[in-house]
Amino acid sequence: MKEFSYVIKDALGIHARPAGLLVKKAGTFKSDITITKGEKTADSKKIFTVMSLGVKQGDEITIRFTGEDEEEAYTVIETFIKENL
Amino acid sequence: MQRQEAVMKKYNGKSAFGGIAIGKSIVYRKKEDQVRRSHITDVDAEILRVNKAKERAKEELQKLYEKAFVEVGEENAMIFEVHQMMLDDQDYMDSITHMIKNEEINAEFAVAATGDNFAGMFQAMEDEYLRERAADVKDISNRLIKILQGNKDNVTESDEPYILVADDLAPSETLQLDKSKVLAFVTRKGSTNSHTAILARMMNIPALIGVDYDEDCDGKSAIVDGYEGTFIIEPEKEIADTLIKKQQNELYKKKLQQELKGKENITKDGKKIEIYANIGSVSDVAGVLQNDAGGIGLFRSEFLYLEKNTFPTEEEQFLAYKTVVENMAGKKVIIRTLDIGADKQVDYFCLEKEENPAMGYRAIRICLNQPDLFKTQLRAIYRASVYGKVAIMYPMIISVDEVKKIKEIVKLVKEELTLQGIPFTEVEQGVMIETPAAVMISDQLAKEVDFFSIGTNDLTQYTLAIDRQNPKLDPIYDAHHPAILRMIQMVIENGHKGGCWVGICGELGADTTLTEEFLSMGLDEVSVSPNLVLSMRETVRNIDLSSSK
Repeated sequence: MKEFSYVIKDALGIHARPAGLLVKKAGTFKSDITITKGEKTADSKKIFTVMSLGVKQGDEITIRFTGEDEEEAYTVIETFIKENL
Repeated sequence: MQRQEAVMKKYNGKSAFGGIAIGKSIVYRKKEDQVRRSHITDVDAEILRVNKAKERAKEELQKLYEKAFVEVGEENAMIFEVHQMMLDDQDYMDSITHMIKNEEINAEFAVAATGDNFAGMFQAMEDEYLRERAADVKDISNRLIKILQGNKDNVTESDEPYILVADDLAPSETLQLDKSKVLAFVTRKGSTNSHTAILARMMNIPALIGVDYDEDCDGKSAIVDGYEGTFIIEPEKEIADTLIKKQQNELYKKKLQQELKGKENITKDGKKIEIYANIGSVSDVAGVLQNDAGGIGLFRSEFLYLEKNTFPTEEEQFLAYKTVVENMAGKKVIIRTLDIGADKQVDYFCLEKEENPAMGYRAIRICLNQPDLFKTQLRAIYRASVYGKVAIMYPMIISVDEVKKIKEIVKLVKEELTLQGIPFTEVEQGVMIETPAAVMISDQLAKEVDFFSIGTNDLTQYTLAIDRQNPKLDPIYDAHHPAILRMIQMVIENGHKGGCWVGICGELGADTTLTEEFLSMGLDEVSVSPNLVLSMRETVRNIDLSSSK
């Protein structure tokens, strides 16, 4: 299992466009990928749950990767989040 | 795209107007179609329906994404991709399929309920941007529902021109159509003299009535043969080719007629007649000018009252009349005062339900009973008179007394305008002769007004005691009935004796088999649909009254 935490910088938080891109990217990996904000956790392959987290600027999120391609997934997703959010 | 073989289907109906139309047929749906909950037995089949609809929705969104990508860039096109992902979202689809399984309900309802639930979830969020995403989930749900229902809920969504197929169309519904896209009308109900038929003639497009079409013709290619009265779905090549040739011949004939523009309406032996045009809206003026009509013989003013939920103001009316009058640049414009009642109901008038609306509280009777309403229209017309040449005519007259009352009100209006310093000029006063009573006292009426215009549609209806909206009576509806022809002759004679000119604005005026007879009776004017002006001119120019038969 791998994980990283990150504080959202983007003024709009995780809104429709990056949520879509994130879900798209997460979907290409076999591993389970979850996003946690505070008490709530969402499956990052499901766009509605990702959106319903309501992640805003300044929120801290933790992304967890579990599965055979977790290394690769971790690298790609971490880069994505840092570049877009 | 079609897996099955296209099967040609032919339906027979009655022609309300000739011409050939070739295009996509669209079945008109009223806006009240809602998602209904219904019990289903085959759960698997229903789930299959939803999945198929989902794939179709994703294809639609893909096209939208590609179009948007080119037009507004990747970032803004992204929303369509997001919509595709929403459709694929496991939670969303699970909710729908669970509902179908557990409650044994139809796909449309399950999608609608799921959409509402998810939308509710978004709407409850603190973040405003997320709250707005409720609209997205409603959007994709509606897209799915539309695909499942297999129709377009709003006819005007079509990009290409189409053949409008409907059970029947009320005047207010045809008013809202984008007429530039309609190629033809096909209705199950209606008669050759009903509103849609008249509209089709005005628009110069084919119209069929009494066609018992199947709803699945929606979206399929079709041909309307307005001459034979047939409606053909997915025509075989041979049939299509024959009809296309027929259409081309008609277009060629029409082109010839164009060459008559600018020529006089005069018979071979020198008898002249005015050929004017009938219009029902401001935008119709274009057709009047294009077809070289000498004036507007009937400007139906009802559209001002039909398009709204409240009475049109004087200003609104004035602007409409002024626009038409100005565009006609000095050619006469005869405005008919409001003719509401019968088949042209408007809720805000609060007209009581009547057993016989055709013979009821309508037209001039409403105006004389509600003089404020009448004065508003008269004021607007008189104000417009300074911009060109204007005449007024009053509908449904049955007595000299009515005309005298009208003249009193007109006098009041003129006095008011003068007092207020608002300019106006002389406006010719006329009455419609459309009741047997008016015909019989036309000698007395002629002393009161400047002209008569014969409304043959209603006159025939009242004289033959035939309801023009009942197709069952079409076989006995003889528009050439001698009673009518004798009446017309009488009205022309009495009119002339009393110093009036006499015209016909009803559909009989356009009947070219009667033109010679009307000319020998001494008819001064005929007013027809704009697109019939030139063929009327051709007919007149080919007549020679001096040659004996």
